[in-house]
Amino acid sequence: MWWWKIAGLLLLLYTFVMGFLGPVPALPIINETIRNLYFHVTMWMAMFLMMTLNVIFGIRYLNSSNLKDDLIAEESARIAILLGTAGLITGMVWANFTWGAPWVNDPQLNGTAATMLLYAAYFLLRNAVIDPVKRARLSSIYCIFAFVMMYVFIMVLPKMTDSLHPGKGGNPGFNKYDLDSNMRMVFYPAVIAWCLLSVWLMSLRVRLRLIEKKLANK
Amino acid sequence: MKKIKSIILFFVLLISSFTLKAQDPLMADTMRSDGKIYVVVAVASIVVIVISSFMINLDRKVTRIEKKINSKQ
Repeated sequence: MWWWKIAGLLLLLYTFVMGFLGPVPALPIINETIRNLYFHVTMWMAMFLMMTLNVIFGIRYLNSSNLKDDLIAEESARIAILLGTAGLITGMVWANFTWGAPWVNDPQLNGTAATMLLYAAYFLLRNAVIDPVKRARLSSIYCIFAFVMMYVFIMVLPKMTDSLHPGKGGNPGFNKYDLDSNMRMVFYPAVIAWCLLSVWLMSLRVRLRLIEKKLANK
Repeated sequence: MKKIKSIILFFVLLISSFTLKAQDPLMADTMRSDGKIYVVVAVASIVVIVISSFMINLDRKVTRIEKKINSKQ
């Protein structure tokens, strides 16, 4: 099973070529920065996938009591934090030039910041418990709570109040008219590319941890 | 006379406001027509290709170590 890794890399290359060259609609204020959709929004999509994997393998651990499931859940959360940090930083750069400040008091921004703290707390919890079985069980239960809170912070609350983000709080979503079919042709492959790449990164870390474990048992 | 002057001024200002409104949003069109955007694309592609080959190498290295450990047991 290696072809999906190559597919992810090829899609990434396609993103970086077409992301700069592809036609985009000319809109005031955002101008060329609309291309950030291919690089900034994809971070969040991949992060969402990683957090979904985190909760899936957390629940799987509760069913199976197999420590490998817990390991996959932990490493997914790690990559999710990595992608979320990248998303926050790229978002701050983008916001600085379109909204006028790197951090505006936007429910989406504060929600994602709270989500980052939630997943930081996941690692705090893990590091606080020494017994691996107890640690796995506690963090598996916590990750269900964290996933639900993440969904509320990112998907629900910003839609209920005013937000500068498209598709939230009365603002039209990208799919209404901004995201035309030309942009879709780059955006969707970009999302798949980053999702595949993050799964690959996660699997690499899991494999390294398994090797580490085997060496420790010898 | 004064009234006619002010009416003419009104229309001149009105027409000039139309032209102001018709301005297109700024896009990097000059960079595209100069062909220099391809330089950026080339540089970004090289970065992606280098990181890709590094990732593939890393993956193969991990596979090799996995095989070594599994054969020892």
